Amino acid sequence: MELIRLTNVKKTYKTGVTAIQDLNLSINKGEFVFIIGSTGCGKSTLIKMLYREEKPNSGQIIVGGVDVGKLRNGKVYKIRRKIGVVFQDFKLLPKSTVYENVAFALEIFGVPKDEIHSKVVKVLDLVGLKHKIKSYPAQLSGGEQQRVAIARAIVNGPKLLICDEPTGNLDPNTSMEIMRVLEEINKLGTTIIMVTHSIDIVKELNKRVIVLDSGRVLKDYTEGTYR
Amino acid sequence: MKALRIIGRNIRDAFKGVFRNFSLSLASISCITITLIVVAVSIILSYNVENFTKLVEEDVTIVAFLDNSLNDEKIDEIKDQISLINDVDKYEFISKNDITKDMMDSSEVFSSIMKNWSEAENPIQNTFQIKVENIEQIEGVAKEIKEIDGVTLVKYGEGMVEQLISVFDVIHKVCVISVIALILVTAFLISNTIKITINSRQREISIMRLIGASNLNIRIPFIIEGLILGALGSIIPIIATIYGYNAIYDSFNGQLFSPFIKLISPTPFVYTISLILLGIGVLVGMFGSWRAVRKHLRI
Repeated sequence: MELIRLTNVKKTYKTGVTAIQDLNLSINKGEFVFIIGSTGCGKSTLIKMLYREEKPNSGQIIVGGVDVGKLRNGKVYKIRRKIGVVFQDFKLLPKSTVYENVAFALEIFGVPKDEIHSKVVKVLDLVGLKHKIKSYPAQLSGGEQQRVAIARAIVNGPKLLICDEPTGNLDPNTSMEIMRVLEEINKLGTTIIMVTHSIDIVKELNKRVIVLDSGRVLKDYTEGTYR
Repeated sequence: MKALRIIGRNIRDAFKGVFRNFSLSLASISCITITLIVVAVSIILSYNVENFTKLVEEDVTIVAFLDNSLNDEKIDEIKDQISLINDVDKYEFISKNDITKDMMDSSEVFSSIMKNWSEAENPIQNTFQIKVENIEQIEGVAKEIKEIDGVTLVKYGEGMVEQLISVFDVIHKVCVISVIALILVTAFLISNTIKITINSRQREISIMRLIGASNLNIRIPFIIEGLILGALGSIIPIIATIYGYNAIYDSFNGQLFSPFIKLISPTPFVYTISLILLGIGVLVGMFGSWRAVRKHLRI
């Protein structure tokens, strides 16, 4: 079943740079998709448009049945609640503990305390950080911080997890650890779209790979066909 | 239940925000404290000047001296004529005998001189003491009284009274303008300090947006935080107002330079001022936060 559909999407920034042109794409529920391409090919713009950090100039972007390009600023939160986002620089609150960082994503919606506790513990267990619940981000390694960020992104049970170079700051071993966690989450039914520069990771996981070039889809490799 | 939980979380987060960013909170609180102290001083001055003016106005009396040859019937006639004049608030007849007696009671020197006067020798005249409704009408009222047959002289401290009133009027206007200007400056200063506090937490706001917090979700804890900063910043000015004004009032025995200029009694005056200060602190704190967060909510 289709979760994301992009039809004739075009994005030109105010500076005049065209990041995406005439892009058509379809991603099904439960897929794990890598988006690769050289710097400036439009990878980041594409995923930013999915969680409505950027708006397309023309074309249509449907995510989970919502036309995100038409969402008003005040309504953006509605789509964000259905999507988890993980960044290269983790974006954790430095003055909050691991528990608080993850719980934060539930508290703003008024989830009862007991439910928050059980969900946070469960998700930290999934990413293998249950024992670091009281630590602060600065006391964790890069890989651990990224796992906290992943836990925060999935604690709401989003249908879609967007990862913008989540292993960009990590060494190869730690990167593979993170990929194992993401695979685990994907197995539980969450669709994952991941932007990366690491060809090793892409080859290792054998998933669907979309190659972008100058804002267009250059190649779309189905699962197991990218070598 | 859900709404209550969200409110509870907002209040808790606001307190956390204040204490986890303590150095910046302290900067905001100090700024609020200093400006509110200046505002407190101006408000106290302004209210007192207004009070002095009112007291002076209440004190000003027109004295109409009557011809001593008038009989009681004629005096009653004058009384009726005075009562018919517009803007006359109160009037009282004081006979020459009453005045003589008061003067003799007040001083032994007067007493020794005046006791030997015969009725015919006594130069003191019967008088009417008149108060006007509005001090600005005093000149007109005095003129009308002077024209009444049997009134020989009218006095109300002309010249000096007008001058005093106009001086107080200028001081009062200056005070009111400074209070308004100070409140505006305070609002600007506090809101800018809070803006710096919140700008440093841009990351926090962007993360909140990212995980699907609505603009209201993001704004409310910061607005409550502004309220807390405003309330904390007004504590010292309030204490300073209550104790400081009481101390000044006691050390001056409730009057400034002469019994003529009375200070406003501290109770409930200081509590009213305290409430005003708390109100300014809280409102300006909330407004500052609201303004600062708004900037970060635009995409």
